[in-house]
Amino acid sequence: MSASSSQAHSVVVPSSTTKRVAGSLVILYAMISMLPLFWIIATGWKTPPDSISYPPKIVFNPSLEGYCNLFTTRTRQTTEYIQSLGEPKGTCDAVTRKREMVIAGQSNYVPRFINSLTIAFGSTFLAVCLGVLTAYAFSRFKIPLADDLLFFILSTRMMPPIAVAIPIYLMYREIGLSDTALGMILLYTAVNVSLAVWLLKGFIDEIPREYEEAAMIDGYTRLQSFFKVVLPQAATGIAATGIFCLIFAWNEYAFAVLLTSGAAQTSPPFIPTIIGEGGMDWPAVGAGTTLFLIPILVFTILLRKHLLRGITFGAVRK
Amino acid sequence: MSSKFNKVPELTARSTPTAVANAVRGLSDKAIAWLFILPTMVLLLAINIFPLFWTIYLSFTNYASNRPKRPVLNVGLQWYRDILGSPEVWSAMQSTAHFVFWTIFFQLIIGFGLAYLIDRKFRGHAFWTTIILIPMMLSPAVVGNFWKFLYQPQIGLFNYLVSFFTGIPPSSFEMLGSVKLAPWAIVIVDTWMWTPYVMLICLAGLRSIPDYIYEAAEVDRASKFRQFWSITLPMALPFIMLAVLFRGIENFKMFDMVMLLTGGGPGSTTELASITLKRQAFEAYRTGYSSAFAIILFVTVFGLANIYVKALNRVKQR
Repeated sequence: MSASSSQAHSVVVPSSTTKRVAGSLVILYAMISMLPLFWIIATGWKTPPDSISYPPKIVFNPSLEGYCNLFTTRTRQTTEYIQSLGEPKGTCDAVTRKREMVIAGQSNYVPRFINSLTIAFGSTFLAVCLGVLTAYAFSRFKIPLADDLLFFILSTRMMPPIAVAIPIYLMYREIGLSDTALGMILLYTAVNVSLAVWLLKGFIDEIPREYEEAAMIDGYTRLQSFFKVVLPQAATGIAATGIFCLIFAWNEYAFAVLLTSGAAQTSPPFIPTIIGEGGMDWPAVGAGTTLFLIPILVFTILLRKHLLRGITFGAVRK
Repeated sequence: MSSKFNKVPELTARSTPTAVANAVRGLSDKAIAWLFILPTMVLLLAINIFPLFWTIYLSFTNYASNRPKRPVLNVGLQWYRDILGSPEVWSAMQSTAHFVFWTIFFQLIIGFGLAYLIDRKFRGHAFWTTIILIPMMLSPAVVGNFWKFLYQPQIGLFNYLVSFFTGIPPSSFEMLGSVKLAPWAIVIVDTWMWTPYVMLICLAGLRSIPDYIYEAAEVDRASKFRQFWSITLPMALPFIMLAVLFRGIENFKMFDMVMLLTGGGPGSTTELASITLKRQAFEAYRTGYSSAFAIILFVTVFGLANIYVKALNRVKQR
């Protein structure tokens, strides 16, 4: 069946026909599953009328209106007033004036994006620091009830967020942490640390103990050998774990929508509230979504070799 | 301190009893172990366990978070009785069961199918696998929000494509507005998003099967069909179970994606358990009642998580 006659037929290598059929089906699925994503990215470049036209416009003139609307707030003005303003200052000003509106100020998108960055990076840093210490202890030392403690750590991540949010909401209200970046960082750290411990334990388990033992014979203390031998060896694992924590904190919605409303609000609860005149401003939503998703696309590509490990808490290593 | 110790002749170092040596060289292993584990435990106790006990306490009281000054009365098991007899809760549980069952059903069939095809190792399979994985990395809230756009009657891409292929007028059905279609609308989005997850774990399962088993089966003249049922499926089963359990837990507590997509509507047809909980706790301010409901969800998830960790450990041994 195989095309090449010089090679012995192997039962485990699929024939080239099989490969071709399998390949086409998988590519077809990939294309279809990318369609919604392409659509929302394309919508970001449409004008509001184009975004809600029927039939849906596949070919359109790209416009910056979505991005302009995303970053600004606008007020409607009379034609006379707009004509009295003189030359428009910049592209967004021109685009806005065409709709008989003027730019009134900056929208909240940038502050929300910055909140997302602060909270995601802050909680990831803490979770990875705590996680690597705990993972090392579980990996190298005999801890009484280690399995139960590890299960306890993991089970905290499995809890329904809304159920956890009720007492957290009350607690944060009492101690003044509601709607603060610090409160969200602590909360996301607690959720992420369980994943970090499980993942990092797997990575540290793979580093031979002999390395540290050799270092300790050479006069390093346990702490020195941890910092100078184990941590550098675990660098890839720490980076992968960090990206997983970042993605969780970046994407999280349930806690964010219940515990933040203004100062510390992140992007996921903000994006659905972008509205224009008469309903959702879909091009602005498309633009906001695109910018929000770009870091995730980059991370997914960086992580592709470790994805399986991340989503199974380190159990499946491939 | 340790550098001074390094200069002591090696012989002296060897003759020093270990306990003394450790004391001189810094912290003992046991001290380090606890020092490394403690911060994580403290954080989890503060953010997860303390609130959990608070929730248990609240579930026996008539506390309402919007009326903190009202005297708190003990109501005993009243809320638990109310919940178990409440038609609203049972309808939420039914919606959740429908959602969990059908999402797992479709994700398993499509996910396993894709994994099987990708395992044929056609050219470029690694690249297309990464593409397919993208949806599961996105923020569920943002996904729910942009699928709302795709599902718009008339202007939405989904309705347009359905009408393009079937001839049904695009404005004749509303995926999110109809009582019949809305439960399926959320199943479609979840399947789109999480099929890659099931696919990735199934793929790991398929790749864990050693080639020699198939070679032996071929020698025994077992048909391809027989090989699939007697080798492929049973050997990939632990991995499939892992995917099913994890998706089951995640979808049982589903909140963000569905909240953004339908908000529980129309009526309460897509009001899953977490959405009911959110309504009761943060809109009706029935804190005691919702705490009791949260505890019921906790216990369920805790039980499922227990089974999940057993499955994880089984896979780990492979």
